[in-house]
Amino acid sequence: MARSVKKETAPSQASTQERMEVRLAGSGGQGLILAGLVLAEAAGLYDGRSVAMGQSYGPEARGGASKAEVIISDQDIDYPLATKVDLFLALTQEAADTYSWDLKPGAWIVVDSDLVSHPPSSRAVALPFTATARDKLKKPMVANVVALGALIELSGVVSRRALEKALLARVPKGTESLNKKALSEGMKLAKDFKSSSPLPSQEPSAEDV
Amino acid sequence: MAAESSKTAGKGAGKTASRSGRKGQARLLQGNEAASLGALAAGCNFFAGYPITPASEITEFMSRELPARGDPFIQMEDEIASIGACVGASLAGRKAMTATSGPGFSLMQENLGYACIAETPLVVVNVMRGGPSTGLPTNVAQGDVQQARWGTHGDHPAIVFCPSSVSECFELMVRAFNMAERFRNPVIFLADEMVAHLREKVALPAEGDLEVIDRRRPTVPPDWYVPYKTDGSLIPRLADLGEGYRYHVTGLVHDERGFPTRRADEVEPFYARLFDKVSRHFDELMLTKEYSLDDAEIVLIAYGCTARSCRAAVRLGRERGLKLGLLQLLTLWPFPRQAVERALAGRRAALVPELNMGQISREVKRVNDGRTQVIRHSKMDGTMITPEEILGRMREVA
Repeated sequence: MARSVKKETAPSQASTQERMEVRLAGSGGQGLILAGLVLAEAAGLYDGRSVAMGQSYGPEARGGASKAEVIISDQDIDYPLATKVDLFLALTQEAADTYSWDLKPGAWIVVDSDLVSHPPSSRAVALPFTATARDKLKKPMVANVVALGALIELSGVVSRRALEKALLARVPKGTESLNKKALSEGMKLAKDFKSSSPLPSQEPSAEDV
Repeated sequence: MAAESSKTAGKGAGKTASRSGRKGQARLLQGNEAASLGALAAGCNFFAGYPITPASEITEFMSRELPARGDPFIQMEDEIASIGACVGASLAGRKAMTATSGPGFSLMQENLGYACIAETPLVVVNVMRGGPSTGLPTNVAQGDVQQARWGTHGDHPAIVFCPSSVSECFELMVRAFNMAERFRNPVIFLADEMVAHLREKVALPAEGDLEVIDRRRPTVPPDWYVPYKTDGSLIPRLADLGEGYRYHVTGLVHDERGFPTRRADEVEPFYARLFDKVSRHFDELMLTKEYSLDDAEIVLIAYGCTARSCRAAVRLGRERGLKLGLLQLLTLWPFPRQAVERALAGRRAALVPELNMGQISREVKRVNDGRTQVIRHSKMDGTMITPEEILGRMREVA
């Protein structure tokens, strides 16, 4: 910033094609901001793309609706928040209700099957993230990582390699193998889902309109 | 350049911060983290504060980094004491900073005036959230723009910078410290919740590439030191308290020796110098950026997070055949009058989107002086202005 005036010209670009908007929503304490951070670092630092991550939470010390939004693009990101969400994760009913109003038609909607009894759309993919973390991994706190695994398996928003690197760089020492396992469990949930049921239609249905 | 300038940072700069990583490499940083790193790069070696959302990450960061470098971090009992400690530390030769938000910034106003009149270099971070009072503590707002200018009583110069991205948080923080040291004036770093909590991929400049300015210290022996005597620069040399230079510091209007005076022939030049030391160097202070402005028919004027909405609106508008341009204000005070005048001249209209009821649009209207039609776009619901909202207003103009 050597000069007092800088000139830049807005790049003429195909506006939103390369832009991917991810929203991770739930309740304070479920680790959604950490999940967003891992996703953003995977895309930005290991997949080499542009990223911006915004976060939002209420004034409560714990609980309350919380969300992280990660924008991934091949262009510079001017507006850093979501405008039309491509990939939506909800880990509580409140988050599913509060943050699902501006989804893109045909967006991926992924919810926790135990905590979200009324998904925002019939196309929603409901998977047992918290139950898997609690029963299989004996650590309910890794539900966010299980969910991340499922998200990348379903949408391919970042590569597995990138996500794993970003994850291991972020989590506390001594929890690496637990987190890797949680990631694999999440990916397995999504694979089983894909093989057992037809993928939800990417075309908007009546429910989306 | 009147102040002393060097290419390396001040005390403690040689030691690499244990958790802040390597320089020059792309990293995902939060606005608050980048601002903290900017402070360290500029030589900040004292922090006193009281944590408050959405500025707490700065306090947290400094509580880790400064003690690791052997420099003081103090969590004070409140914000009044926080800025008071910073004034004292600055007079003792430290580069001091505090960070707060809304209610804390209100509490700091009295001592901010003290720093102005005692000519104490100091950086105050205010991350704007919804107010007044506790308001919307976790939501974005831009309601403190005029408070940053006029919050403390009495007429005084104000220097206020406002970032719109994570990399600007770093750059403007370095600039904030440099200008505080250069002009011996408190500088307000006015971020907003969105930018403070935003994470972006940034590559910070290497330490050697930064210009770091330190205050001018006396070159005379202690017995000859006259604390507020100035040369042509109008900026007196500041001795570190405790080094043998004894002088009087007061919130009263004072003479060259620092002692209170009510003599009109001393009071008038005192105020004149207080303003002139800043206003003679407006060109160093008033920072703006332009986006697609040259051929724009409609100009957007914005700052902070709202500038991001405007950048997207310019891009989307141009795709739809609307010739939009943006003037982004990085300096809010002194108000960048010349840049705004240039941006207004010859346009069909100007739109000023902001998250308050028109605190900068009234300044734009003031300097507009009939050049074009200035429209305010205010939003106060705790959320960002979207690019589509801005484009929606274009129907009124086109």
